[in-house]
Amino acid sequence: MSTYVTVKGLTRVFDVSKPWLNRVLEGRKKALLTAVSKVDFQIEEQMTYALVGESGSGKSTIGRMLVGLLQPTEGDVEIGGVNLTRETDPDRIASVRSNIQMIFQDPYASLNPRWRIRDIIAEPVASKGGDTKGLAERLLEQVGLHPSDAGKYPHEFSGGQRQRICIARALASEPRLIVCDEPTSALDVSVQAQVLNLMSDLKDKFGLTYLLITHDLTVVRHMADRIGVLYLGRLMEEADPKTLFEMPKHPYTQMLLDAAPHLDGFGREVPPPQGEIPDPLNPPPGCAFHPRCPIATDICRQQRPEMRPLGNGLVACHHAQ
Amino acid sequence: MADTNLPLTERAVEKGRWQRFRESDFFHAFKRSPVAIVSFAVVSVLVLSAIFAPLITSTNPFDPSTLNLMNGFTPPMEPNAFTGQQFLMGTDDQGRDVFATILYGMRISLFVGASAVLFAMILGIVLGLISGYFGGWTETIIMRIADVQLTFPSILVAMLIFGIAKGITPVEYRDQMAIWVLILAIGLSDWVQFARVVRGATLVEKGKDYVAAARLIGRNPWAIMIKHILPNALSPVLVIATISLALAIIAEATLSFLGVGAPPTQPSLGTLIRIGQGFLFSGEWWILFFPACTLLALALSVNLLGDWLRDALNPRLR
Amino acid sequence: MTVPVLSLRNLTVEIPSRHGVVRPVDSLSYDIGNGEILGVVGESGAGKSMAGSAIIGLLNPPAHIAGGEIWLNGTRIDTMGREQMRRIRGKEIGMVFQDPLTSLNPLLTIGDQLVETMLTHLPISRSQAQHRAIDALKEVGIPGAKERIDSYPHEFSGGMRQRVVIALALCAEPSLVIADEPTTALDVSVQAQIIALLKRLCRERGTTIMLITHDMGVIAEAADRVAVMYAGRLAELGPVRDVLTQPQHHYTHGLMASTPLAAQGQKRLHQIPGSMPRLDRMPEGCAFHPRCPNAKEKCRHETKPSMEGGRAACWYPVSAEAVA
Repeated sequence: MSTYVTVKGLTRVFDVSKPWLNRVLEGRKKALLTAVSKVDFQIEEQMTYALVGESGSGKSTIGRMLVGLLQPTEGDVEIGGVNLTRETDPDRIASVRSNIQMIFQDPYASLNPRWRIRDIIAEPVASKGGDTKGLAERLLEQVGLHPSDAGKYPHEFSGGQRQRICIARALASEPRLIVCDEPTSALDVSVQAQVLNLMSDLKDKFGLTYLLITHDLTVVRHMADRIGVLYLGRLMEEADPKTLFEMPKHPYTQMLLDAAPHLDGFGREVPPPQGEIPDPLNPPPGCAFHPRCPIATDICRQQRPEMRPLGNGLVACHHAQ
Repeated sequence: MADTNLPLTERAVEKGRWQRFRESDFFHAFKRSPVAIVSFAVVSVLVLSAIFAPLITSTNPFDPSTLNLMNGFTPPMEPNAFTGQQFLMGTDDQGRDVFATILYGMRISLFVGASAVLFAMILGIVLGLISGYFGGWTETIIMRIADVQLTFPSILVAMLIFGIAKGITPVEYRDQMAIWVLILAIGLSDWVQFARVVRGATLVEKGKDYVAAARLIGRNPWAIMIKHILPNALSPVLVIATISLALAIIAEATLSFLGVGAPPTQPSLGTLIRIGQGFLFSGEWWILFFPACTLLALALSVNLLGDWLRDALNPRLR
Repeated sequence: MTVPVLSLRNLTVEIPSRHGVVRPVDSLSYDIGNGEILGVVGESGAGKSMAGSAIIGLLNPPAHIAGGEIWLNGTRIDTMGREQMRRIRGKEIGMVFQDPLTSLNPLLTIGDQLVETMLTHLPISRSQAQHRAIDALKEVGIPGAKERIDSYPHEFSGGMRQRVVIALALCAEPSLVIADEPTTALDVSVQAQIIALLKRLCRERGTTIMLITHDMGVIAEAADRVAVMYAGRLAELGPVRDVLTQPQHHYTHGLMASTPLAAQGQKRLHQIPGSMPRLDRMPEGCAFHPRCPNAKEKCRHETKPSMEGGRAACWYPVSAEAVA
């Protein structure tokens, strides 16, 4: 098995300051938000790598940098042997980019309401001048819809059906990597099961590699081969699902797993987690989790822990054992 | 795959555009609004009679060979004292049939109004799309120009442009050029609201994921702007275009009334009103009255149609 | 037997539209006892929020109550006038919505909003109300309640805002709180805090909660009993442990099986074929029959009117099928 995606030291800083004139008048400094900070991970070919985290953890930002919708501030993204941040040959970049597709969270906003389904699905191929005859019909059938749906408009479909259409569009250019940004968060449980099953089937059939971005731990546990846990733009722990869910090493992962509602947790009374996610404009020094961490010591307040191997995974914690 | 045979969607035949339109909420709302139906009918009748003016009246009021000075000042529906001819709306000082001059005048008014709006719309859409999509300095420059222009009354801007154009065109071409200068003047004074609306809609649509999907396919910004964003920004543009049409017709009439618009050789409704007001106090009321009524009916019904369109296309009000 | 706090009898909500009348809530009946937490689950379009709006008299026209009765502590409230209902909202029924921003006035400090609510509903003086407002904020776990009482809603984080909404809902000491997706907009760790808070407050005060959510996990941890809704109708009603571990309705059964947690170690998730029917295209008979693995002729034509002989509105419930 070979590595398909390598991410090294990936960092993204957003300038969220007010307009120049307001800053001068109100005497404020530039406000810089570090959404992603020095993230490293690798995705093996035909595997599902999942990034989990709460809101503001930078998981969507990472996904958008991978597909090229955002430029990294620092760090390298290497896909299929091409370093996309350093490569200067536009043809090589384009050929790698055409192997990457994305599925979005909101199935209502990700399809152009004025286009017919046929044109939406065929667009990735049509815009490159490829042959699109019968393409949409074939793909619709593969995602469990009827070929005659190609002539309809997005508003005629339910949320789950729209997400199938998004998947069909993503498949049109025969990609190798699909970044799935919260693909089922907007869907009901029974529809979520249909879409997740479809994703698994297509992965086996076409040998796809997934980067799955979600906040839903149950989805991650079911789908992922490898999981990275993000907190405030930093990777906290990485492991396979069994290790992560049964023996979480990082205190944040432990807290997250405890806090998630359990289907068999009838009348469960656990002390809820303390505190809230800190302001990303003003992150705590050292380990980002230390203000909420039950085992934090002085070193956690001063020094940011590096990812280190522990057991079957990697963990960024000074004290984890 | 296990679920390909599921009855997920109805097997419907592809519906044509006309059928989709007839089943739409938009058409349904139209059928239930008397104001919309009446104003649509009035606009249709006026526009069609302007287009088919040569078929409706046998006389071309601007062909001197058909004019008979003896017919001058004939009151409406009364036989002329000399020739015995009768005119629906009477005649003016030169014996021109007022009804015919209105039909031909409306042609010019509508042509100038529609062309000016079209010009303003294209300019506004292009500038609005560019400033909304690219942002940054481009946006700042375009929108500041728009802001500055908004501080002048548009009729003043139009007069300014008209004056400059008049100064630089040679005398012998002035009458021919007048109509085009008018279109340019009204159009340039009107693009700002199109640009603002399109920019606003572009900012909203740009953030949606279907635009992100098109970007990561590798489509260039122009294709995204024209094929993806523009169709979704057209509803408000349509509303503004309709209301602008009413305003443009009035602006043209105002300019012509002030004597800086359509020349007397190609009189628009405004020119007719200017000519007519000279006869008001000598008792020949019809020379002013009928063109003025036509202008009122045209501007009012177009405006009402625009108002209704705004309500019908705004999902928040429904 | 004691009078239930809330009692619905065949509650039906209708919306007239140009394609005919649709029924987002159809003959809904259940009771909520004193101090109980009733979870109402269902997927989007199941009518669970619409039922909540009907109870508090805040249906958006043209939606209206077309039939049935709503009883609150032995008083019928669905026939009450607008003015009377306004007094009941806040005083008798507290409300917590999904988006805390919509239930707080952005122009008033949270202290003012708490004091106003208490002065409207309770016979106390302004200074007493002010004291109680600070206590209420302390109780919902807002640090530095005394200083933060003069803050505006936008100065709080999402989780803290939802705490303020809870304080606001509980400050007039209502007997019933309707919480509509109170944690859906929140992160997992904050969600756990809010659920724990709701449970603690209601236990201490004996408040009854109607918890509307789509999250089975939240229901499992918080609710005493659960009502499962499908296409505007009640599918199953019973103690939470029984319904979740031994569902009788095929819809509940499918729903439980399709959650990824239940499929531990399996490659594929169980899936219910198809999707919920659109309200203007409701099938005849049981609303679930086109998707039901066990649908028989009777299901296609007749709706089971009540829950007699079981928890589920199903002619051939899951357990009976296992016996056969």
